[in-house]
Amino acid sequence: MTPRLELRGISKSYPGVLANDDISLSVLPGEIHAVLGENGAGKSTLMKIIYGATPADAGQIYCDGKAVPEHGPAVSRELGIEMVYQHFALFESITVVENIALSMPGKMDLKGLALRIREVSERYGLPIDPDRLVLSLSVGERQRVEIVRCLLRQPKLLILDEPTSVLTPQAVRKLFETLRQLSDEGCSILYISHKLDEVRELCHSATVLRGGKVTGETDPRQATSAELARMMVGKDLPEMMVEPSELSHMPLLSVNNLNLAPETVTGTSLKAVSLEVFGGEIVGIAGVSGNGQGELAAAISGEKITSAAEDIVLEGRPIGHLNAGRRRDLGLGFVPEERLGRGAVPPYELSENALLTAHRLGMVKHGMANRRKARDFAADVIEKYNVKASGPSAKAHGLSGGNLQKFIMGREIELSPKVLLVSQPTWGVDVGAAAYVRQTLIDLSRSGQAVIVISEELEELFEICDRLYVICNGELTPSLNRADTNVEEVGLLMTGTGSKPAAPDVQTESVRYAV
Amino acid sequence: MDLFISMFAATIIAATPLIFAALGELVVEKSGVLNLGIEGMMLVGAAFGVWAHFAGLPMIVALAAAVLAGAAASLLFGVLALTFMTNQYAAGLALAIFGTGVSAFIGRGFGSTPVDAIQPIHLPGLSDIPVIGAMFFQYDPLVYFSFVMFGAVSWFLYRTKAGLALRAIGESPDSAHAIGFEVIKIRYLAVMFGGAMAGLGGAYLSLVYTPLWVENMTAGRGWIALALVVFAAWRPKRVILGAWLFGGMTILQLQGQAIGLKVPSELLSALPYLATIAVLVLISRNRQAMALDFPVSLAQPFRPKG
Ligand SMILES: Nc1ncnc2c1ncn2[C@@H]1O[C@H](COP(=O)(O)OP(=O)(O)OP(=O)(O)O)[C@@H](O)[C@H]1O
Ligand SMILES: [Mg+2]
Repeated sequence: MTPRLELRGISKSYPGVLANDDISLSVLPGEIHAVLGENGAGKSTLMKIIYGATPADAGQIYCDGKAVPEHGPAVSRELGIEMVYQHFALFESITVVENIALSMPGKMDLKGLALRIREVSERYGLPIDPDRLVLSLSVGERQRVEIVRCLLRQPKLLILDEPTSVLTPQAVRKLFETLRQLSDEGCSILYISHKLDEVRELCHSATVLRGGKVTGETDPRQATSAELARMMVGKDLPEMMVEPSELSHMPLLSVNNLNLAPETVTGTSLKAVSLEVFGGEIVGIAGVSGNGQGELAAAISGEKITSAAEDIVLEGRPIGHLNAGRRRDLGLGFVPEERLGRGAVPPYELSENALLTAHRLGMVKHGMANRRKARDFAADVIEKYNVKASGPSAKAHGLSGGNLQKFIMGREIELSPKVLLVSQPTWGVDVGAAAYVRQTLIDLSRSGQAVIVISEELEELFEICDRLYVICNGELTPSLNRADTNVEEVGLLMTGTGSKPAAPDVQTESVRYAV
Repeated sequence: MDLFISMFAATIIAATPLIFAALGELVVEKSGVLNLGIEGMMLVGAAFGVWAHFAGLPMIVALAAAVLAGAAASLLFGVLALTFMTNQYAAGLALAIFGTGVSAFIGRGFGSTPVDAIQPIHLPGLSDIPVIGAMFFQYDPLVYFSFVMFGAVSWFLYRTKAGLALRAIGESPDSAHAIGFEVIKIRYLAVMFGGAMAGLGGAYLSLVYTPLWVENMTAGRGWIALALVVFAAWRPKRVILGAWLFGGMTILQLQGQAIGLKVPSELLSALPYLATIAVLVLISRNRQAMALDFPVSLAQPFRPKG
C-alpha cells in the first residue's frame, strides 16, 4: 500500500536549536499514528512542516506517493491535509460559524453551514453553538470548534496537536469514536499527545522524538505507559511523593457566597459560590469547561473586582475590592489557563516576562527596572524548572507549549505566594515535566501554602488534591474529601446529574478544621 | 428654510470627498494595515484628474485617471510596508509627503485655471419636488456614487466571504495564514482600494468641489479622513455620520463667520474638529462593542513564520 504520507530526512533549525534532525516516518491510509516526545522535542515543528505553515530546511514530503513541493497551508488543504494547532487559529471577533466559513471552500452560506455544524458537532459529541462569538468561548470550547472545523472538510490526513488536553473524559471518549470512524473510512491521523494512556488506547503506531531526532518506533498497543515514557525521557519517571499535610488553623483564602454576573452575554454567572482553602492543602475545582471556572478564576485573581470586599478574604483580610496587582502584592499568585497572551506576552523575552510579576522581588527601584536581576531570575527559573529555551532572552512565543507553561509556573512559585491559584497546570506539559509540576505544587502546599487547582483532568486532580469542589453551571458543590469520593461520582457531578453531597458535611468539616 | 436647505446640500457635498477617502482607509485598516498617506494620495488623485481633464479627455476618463493615480501611489506604500515590512507609520508619512510633492509637480501650469466642473444632474420629476428635490435630488453623480460605495463597502465587509477574510486578517494575520489565506496579497488589494478611493476623493475636490487645481488643495482632509476612521471605531455607518458631522460643522462655521458671530474665527474653525471628535468619542464609549470592530493587528508588519 502506498503510504498516505511519507517524510524523508526532514530537518529544521531555529536560531540556537535544531528542532527537527533528519526525521523520516510514514503513515498508511487509515492509520492513527502517534508522535511522542518531551516538551520541545520538535513535534509541533514537524507537524507545521507537514502542513506547510513552516518550510523545512531539508528533506522531502510525499503524499500518496507524489512528492509535495515546497508548499503553504492552502496547498495542503487542497491535498486533504487538515490540522488542529496546539495554539488555536481562531478569530475572536467573529462567530463560530464565520470562523468555520473561512476555511470552507466555495461560496459562503452561513445558515446552511450553521446547520451542518450543529449536525456534525452533535454526531461527534462535540457540542458547540455556531452563533456564539469565539471571544466568549473557553479554551475547551475553542478546541471543539477547531476539531469540528477539520471534520467538516472530510480530510484525508488529519493532524491533531494535543487535541484532548482540555476535553472532558466523556468528550475524549466521543472524540476517539470519531477518530476511529474516520480511520475506518480511510483517513490517516497524526496524533500528538502527552497522555500515554490515550495513545495506547487509540493509536496503531508511534514515532518517538527526542531532541529533534527519531529515537524509536513502536506499537503503542503492545507497550506500557512506563515503557513509552522511558523512550521519550530516556529514563524512568520519579514516583510521586505525597506526605500527609498539616492544615493551618484559619483558611488562607475564602470565597463567601459570591454572586457574579458574567463578563459576556454568553458567559456563566456564579451563583452563591463559597469555598475555603487552608494552608497545607491542595484544593481542586473540577468541572467541564465553560461552567464558570473562568469567572471564578477572574474573581479570585482580581481580574474582575467583585461587588463587596468581603466576598473574597485572604488571611482574614477582605480583598474583593482590590485589583489583581494589589492582590499579588498580598501574596495571591495566579497562573491562567492561556499561557500565550495572558500568562505571558508572546513577543517579549523571558526575562521581560519574568519582570511582569516577579518585579515584586525588588527588581524595580525608583520606577526603574533592574534588567540584570530580571535576567538572573529568569535564568534561575529556566534552570530549576528544566525549561528548554536558549536563555533568558528567548522570546516567549518561540518556546514550545509545555516549556512556556513550566516557565510561567516556575515564575509564580518562585514568588512563594501564600495562596496559588492555577488553572490547567499541566495542559500540554509532557509526562516528565507534568510529574515535576505536580510534585512542585504538592511541595508548595506541604510547606504551608494553600493551592487551588482548576482542572478538567480528573486523574490529575485525584492524584494531587486533598479536597475537591465540583463546579457546574456556576454553582459549586460542597467540598468532597478525596479519600471519600471517586472519579465516577465527580464525573456525574460535573455533568450536573449527580446528587449533591449533603451540606452538613461541610459544617462538620469546617468544625474539624477550626479545632 | 431656504438657508437650511442650502446648508444641508452644502453639507452633503462637503462630506463627499471625506466619505470616499475614509471608506477606502476603513477597508485598509480593517485588513490590519495603517496607511497614513491619505493626504498624499488625495492630492495625487486631484492633480492627475485635472491633468487628464486639461489633456482634453472626457470627464469619466479624468476620474479614472485619478483613481488609477491614487492606487499607484498606494502601491508605493504597499511595497515599503508589506513587501519590505518597513514601519507602517514611516511609510505612510513618506507617502503623504511624496504625494504632496508629486501633485505639485503634475499640477504645475494648471494653477488657478477653472475646470469645467461636473454638474449636478437633473432628475426629471424628482429634482422638481419642492424642498425634497433640492435636498436630495440635485447633486452631481459622484455624490450618489459615494452612497453606492458606502453600500458596497458595508456589503463587502459584512456580507461576503472575502470581507470576512479581510476582517479576520486584520485581527490575526498569523491565524489567517495558518488556515491558508494569502495575507500579503489580500493586504495589497486592500491598500490599493484605499488608494483608489483617496484618489477619487481628491478628484472630487479638483473637478467638482473647488473646481480648479490649487497646490495643497486638500487642506488636511486626508488627515480628517484618517481621524474619522478611528473615531468611527471602524464602522462604515459611523464613518458616514462623522463625515456629515464634519461637513456640517464646516458649513456652519463658514456661515457663522459670514453673519459675523462674536466668536474668534480661529475658535470657530476649530469647531468642526472638536464637534466631530466629541460626538464620535461619545458614541464609541462601549468598550466591549468597540473591541469587536478594532483590527487588532493594525500597523503591525506581518512576516510569515518560518
Ligand atoms: N518560531 C520559533 N522560533 C524559535 N524557536 C522555535 C520556534 N518554534 C519552535 N522553536 C524551538 O524548537 C524546538 C521544538 O519546538 P516544538 O514546538 O516543535 O516542540 P514540541 O515537541 O511541540 O513541544 P511541546 O510538547 O511542548 O508542544 C523548541 O526548542 C523550541 O524552542
Ligand atoms: Mg507542541
